Amino acid sequence: MNILVCISRVPDTATRILVGPDGKTIDTQGIKYVISPYDEYGIEEGLRLKEKNGGTVTAVTVGSEGSTDILRTALAMCVDKAVLIKADTHKDSYFVAKNLAEYAKEINPDIIFMGRQSVDYDSLQMPSMVSEFLGIPSVSVVSKLTIADGKATAERDVEGGKEIVEASLPCIISCQKGLNEPRYPKLPDIMKAKSKPIETREAIQTDEKVTVLGMSIPLKQRAGRILGDGDGDIDELVRLLHEEAKII
Amino acid sequence: MDINRNFTGEQILLRDTIRKFAEEVIKPKARELDEKEEFSVEITKQMAEIGLLACFLPDKYNGCGLDYVSYIMVVEELARVDGSHAATIAAHNSLGAGPLYYYGNEEQKKKYLPKFADGYLWGFGLTEPEAGSDAGNTQTTAVQDGDYWVLNGAKIFITNASTDITLGSTVLACTGTKPGGKKELSCFIVENGTPGFTTKAMKNKLMWRASNTSELYFEDCRVHKDNMLGKRGDGFHQMLGTLDNGRLSIAAMGLGNAQGAFETALNYAKTRKQFGKPISTYQATAFKLADIDMGLEMARNYLYEVCRMLDRNENITKEGAIAKLYCSELAHMASNHCVQIHGGYGLMKEYDAERFYRDQKLLEIGEGTSEIQRLVISRMIGCFDV
Ligand SMILES: Cc1cc2nc3c(=O)[nH]c(=O)nc-3n(C[C@H](O)[C@H](O)[C@H](O)COP(=O)(O)OP(=O)(O)OC[C@H]3O[C@@H](n4cnc5c(N)ncnc54)[C@H](O)[C@@H]3O)c2cc1C
Ligand SMILES: Cc1cc2nc3c(=O)[nH]c(=O)nc-3n(C[C@H](O)[C@H](O)[C@H](O)COP(=O)(O)OP(=O)(O)OC[C@H]3O[C@@H](n4cnc5c(N)ncnc54)[C@H](O)[C@@H]3O)c2cc1C
Repeated sequence: MNILVCISRVPDTATRILVGPDGKTIDTQGIKYVISPYDEYGIEEGLRLKEKNGGTVTAVTVGSEGSTDILRTALAMCVDKAVLIKADTHKDSYFVAKNLAEYAKEINPDIIFMGRQSVDYDSLQMPSMVSEFLGIPSVSVVSKLTIADGKATAERDVEGGKEIVEASLPCIISCQKGLNEPRYPKLPDIMKAKSKPIETREAIQTDEKVTVLGMSIPLKQRAGRILGDGDGDIDELVRLLHEEAKII
Repeated sequence: MDINRNFTGEQILLRDTIRKFAEEVIKPKARELDEKEEFSVEITKQMAEIGLLACFLPDKYNGCGLDYVSYIMVVEELARVDGSHAATIAAHNSLGAGPLYYYGNEEQKKKYLPKFADGYLWGFGLTEPEAGSDAGNTQTTAVQDGDYWVLNGAKIFITNASTDITLGSTVLACTGTKPGGKKELSCFIVENGTPGFTTKAMKNKLMWRASNTSELYFEDCRVHKDNMLGKRGDGFHQMLGTLDNGRLSIAAMGLGNAQGAFETALNYAKTRKQFGKPISTYQATAFKLADIDMGLEMARNYLYEVCRMLDRNENITKEGAIAKLYCSELAHMASNHCVQIHGGYGLMKEYDAERFYRDQKLLEIGEGTSEIQRLVISRMIGCFDV
């Protein structure tokens, strides 16, 4: 099988995010980046499919030169090929989708894995946009997948339950937690990843469809306060809501 | 300074991988295994799967081919989460695989080394009840009988020697007397299950409770002469050479323990409030944390520099002793402060502070006590050449 996995480079979830001086982008200084956690399920599922059916797994990312580090991680997990579509400046989802779709057209994958969402900008647009550009089905938020007879049977997490759907190949699968347990790269593979090639190509430019106007950090959440549990405490609550919180 | 200062991209990926593994696989079970004093075959197998039981062995023995800097980083990251599992890996690689790889002949290497990647352990039997710091005072004897050597005696405190997945141990024994009257010491490869060789796990340890520590007994145990490691009479030299390198892994455990204790303490100090303010804002607490941070910076830079020396094949007898001594005493200070900062909670098993505190203590004793390290350093700077 020809398997394509789209991976997104995101700040480590433990990183404290600050808004940069322009007020429109995040301050990237000192940020540690990782593969978006949902994309790790995509890599793992791709590798398992390959181990079962043979074929190749290609990892692709749209991003700056710095994104080679997540491609190295993917190589250490033993994907066969890593591709960087190079883009430096501020880009929207449409741009990323267009570039992923153009690359997919070139290599004609039997299946494309993505994460359910990229945990940085959380736009959740990629699977649908790419599926539209390629004219192939897209199944989102998949937590179990079986491939047989040219078809994908997928379990999807829906509010309060599961939905089971079928789609013909090629298709896009967006991965949800629970799909698998991503492997840890093995030490020898980490050491070998350096010598494996990364294919780099220039991105196709598109018009900006969505423009970021500003960014802000959510106000610090204040811890709740328990005043007591008797009727006598209600007056104090009312007083505080009125005088301190000024909401009544 | 950046924790990854002067490291390559692969080394950084390696650190991230081991950190994730330690936090996801080891951390959730560490407290319980420590409490039950249980060695986990399951976790050891998982560690083997990613290559941790063959860190610096080359590819041809199914090893990972890590340089010393990378190997030490692995140990540091494990110790940051749990001392016992760091001990299993450090002892197996430095003391188990090390002597076989450095002093074994090709046949011996081919027989044992490739199995480590599949999750088998090897022990290092130097210490005896009567020969601790004075390791040369080995009482275990080996007497030649045709093609065999007959071993008698006992070893104590041998890490990894009696688990269900232990293949055997390298054992130092007295094979005669040198001209001049000194003991002639030689190393033997002894497989578990050899008749006359029994092992017994030691229980009720203060620290490293999820790591296996054993007594070894030899009663007319017959070992084929092909199982001698290197040349007859080279044993003591081999053991000391092994310890020179092994000290760096103890140092790494000190650094990791101190790092883990530091993070735990800082985190707690920023959230625990007394007198209306986080305790981290009281100078008495803040200065403790500042001292640990200073120690961590110094220790990390020094230890990895010594590893680089070793990677360049330079002699590190003095530097290894300094690294081991400094890092283990740093861990002592850091884990002590960590408990202090936790107050009463620091003494309870529900918190990691007390485990860091207990696990640290071995580092000032194993592979040469702090006194012995000071002895090595004093000797190297010429104090006794008068
Ligand atoms: C060079 C560059 C600069 C950017 N700068 C900004 C900025 O300044 N401000 C801003 O708001 N946004 C920025 N973005 C983010 C961009 O607008 C999209 O939000 C982002 O690429 C992900 O799209 P999404 O959120 O719709 O993805 P989602 O739909 O949430 O992600 C789903 C899945 O799509 C795949 N995917 C997502 N992104 C990529 C990628 N880049 N490469 C490969 N696969 C991917 C992954 O599998 C991911 O799990 C930038 C992106 C790039 C590449
Ligand atoms: C958990 C654990 C795991 C271990 N794993 C192994 C292993 O895998 N293989 C192995 O061979 N050994 C192992 N050891 C043994 C360890 O290396 C010894 O315990 C250590 O070398 C000290 O020896 P000892 O316990 O006999 O103490 P002693 O040598 O009796 O020391 C007692 C005290 O006397 C001091 N002292 C001794 N001589 C001098 C001197 N000349 N000058 C000043 N002070 C001195 C010491 O510093 C110490 O404070 C392990 C020990 C433990 C506890």
